[in-house]
Amino acid sequence: MNFSPLTLSLEVAITATLISLAIALLIAWALSFLEFRGKEFLDAAITLPLVLPPTVLGYYLLIVIGRESWIGKAWEAITGGSLVFTPKAAVIAAIVHSAPLLTKYLRAAIESVDPVYIKAGRSLGLPEWRLFLRVVLPLCQRAVAASTVLAFARSLGDFGVTIMIAGNIPGKTQTVSVAIYDAVESGNGQLARTLVLIVSAIGLLVVWLSNRMQTPKALRG
Amino acid sequence: MLEARLQKRFAKTQDSSEFELNVHFEIEVGTTVLFGPSGSGKSLTLDLIAGFAKLDAGRVLLNDRLLADAGTGVFLAPQLRRCGYLFQRPALFPHLTLRENMMLAAMGLAKLERHRKVNALLDSFRLGDIASRKPNEVSGGQRQRCSIARALVTVPAMLLLDEPSNGLDTTLKHEFYEVLAQIQADFPLPVLLVTHDLEEAFLLADRMLVLVDGKIAQAGTPREILNQPASAPVANLLGLFNLLPAEIKQLDPGNNKSKLKWNETELEGPYYPARLLGDRVTVCVRRDEISVSPKMGKTEKGSLVLTLEGASETARTALLHFEAGLIVELPLEEFAENRHHREWALRMPTSTLRIL
Repeated sequence: MNFSPLTLSLEVAITATLISLAIALLIAWALSFLEFRGKEFLDAAITLPLVLPPTVLGYYLLIVIGRESWIGKAWEAITGGSLVFTPKAAVIAAIVHSAPLLTKYLRAAIESVDPVYIKAGRSLGLPEWRLFLRVVLPLCQRAVAASTVLAFARSLGDFGVTIMIAGNIPGKTQTVSVAIYDAVESGNGQLARTLVLIVSAIGLLVVWLSNRMQTPKALRG
Repeated sequence: MLEARLQKRFAKTQDSSEFELNVHFEIEVGTTVLFGPSGSGKSLTLDLIAGFAKLDAGRVLLNDRLLADAGTGVFLAPQLRRCGYLFQRPALFPHLTLRENMMLAAMGLAKLERHRKVNALLDSFRLGDIASRKPNEVSGGQRQRCSIARALVTVPAMLLLDEPSNGLDTTLKHEFYEVLAQIQADFPLPVLLVTHDLEEAFLLADRMLVLVDGKIAQAGTPREILNQPASAPVANLLGLFNLLPAEIKQLDPGNNKSKLKWNETELEGPYYPARLLGDRVTVCVRRDEISVSPKMGKTEKGSLVLTLEGASETARTALLHFEAGLIVELPLEEFAENRHHREWALRMPTSTLRIL
């Protein structure tokens, strides 16, 4: 049995989760801590991928990073290859799929920190970045870790955006979700069942891990 | 020195009514107490000085340094204001040890200076032995001391204390007062302390600002304010006065006397300048300045005979509630001996009858 879709999915999900975490932390910090013009628009723009159909998102991405776009052309000029229909495109698809939700979770986590600590930090002269890294993040680390684990699960499960911009090239861009679809389409029931069970087990593990991370040690059974 | 002219307005919302803070005051080195009821704008005043809220109008000057000026749009971030802030609870970062809390606050100092200063303050506040513990592993008093030490490590230009003894038991409160006295001796700074505890205000204040409905109703030493409250709301707030609606019936500047009619009873007070016959005034008399004794036989001239309607006891005194809402304070032992009496004779010395 070919497990390359599974390993590719894990690689894509890990990479996408790490990049999403960095992006989501930055945006969640800006939305929670800064007052700037266009803040509400940024918040709406971040939420948009959560409500749009994956195919619409995929279409937008094809326009933005496709071979005819300036990003696509610049990428091709630098690397000599196309960005779409590569594992990198699968990573981008997973980021677009998971970063918005992660941003929402992280903003809620950051804003759950007792404001008295933030006021205390500011009155002590801590710059905003140091306040964020040394006070706010450690105080909401459980929620951040749990949200990151959920974002990993979401990255692992993307189908629509991935198939639009990374395609379905076995051994190259075929992720596990796409492989399950492919197996069902081609009548390979055994492969589909095996992959479905593996993905379900990973999903269950991730949800359990996320719940455990959010519960303080003292409250765990 | 701090000079603050603060104006901030809040529109009416579903949860709160309209409110406007409009105050102007100066604070010198020493402890100034901001005294007022809940919702009078005490914490907002501190927040505007510290930079946690923006002014609608006015400005804040600390040691001739402009911290905020609504007119020119100057608004220094809280980090740049050098205002040490103590909250209603210690607000030590719970994931850091006491030493780490101090070190983080001292990040702006050079490394060697940072270590020297943190160690000196830990020793000075008797925290050296427990510096490696986290806030939840030390007592409330130690947490409070550490939070003060942490504020001082940043070399603040002033201290803002928002009811810092709130929630502390009596022993810890007195420990905190000692620490505050130590700070005043070692670090002569302007300190603005918010409280609604009158005893605390008397214990700590060099000067007192009474805040009522977003405005300074009176400023002075606590003794001055107690001796002559500026208005009925201030007297009410102090909680030690009887406020009696009366009419001026006679003014005698030659003998420094006046006669007032309260509730069909004639009271004799000092001469009240700038008042006219027939003026309706509020007589303000302190509960503990009224002399009271059970009525035995004939009463002295000028005494009032009133019926005791009830009594309540505090830790040290009894509060005797008479008809017409008059309350008199009496030592517990004295009341215990006479509690069965129903009729009492009351005398209000002339000098105790202030009018508002």
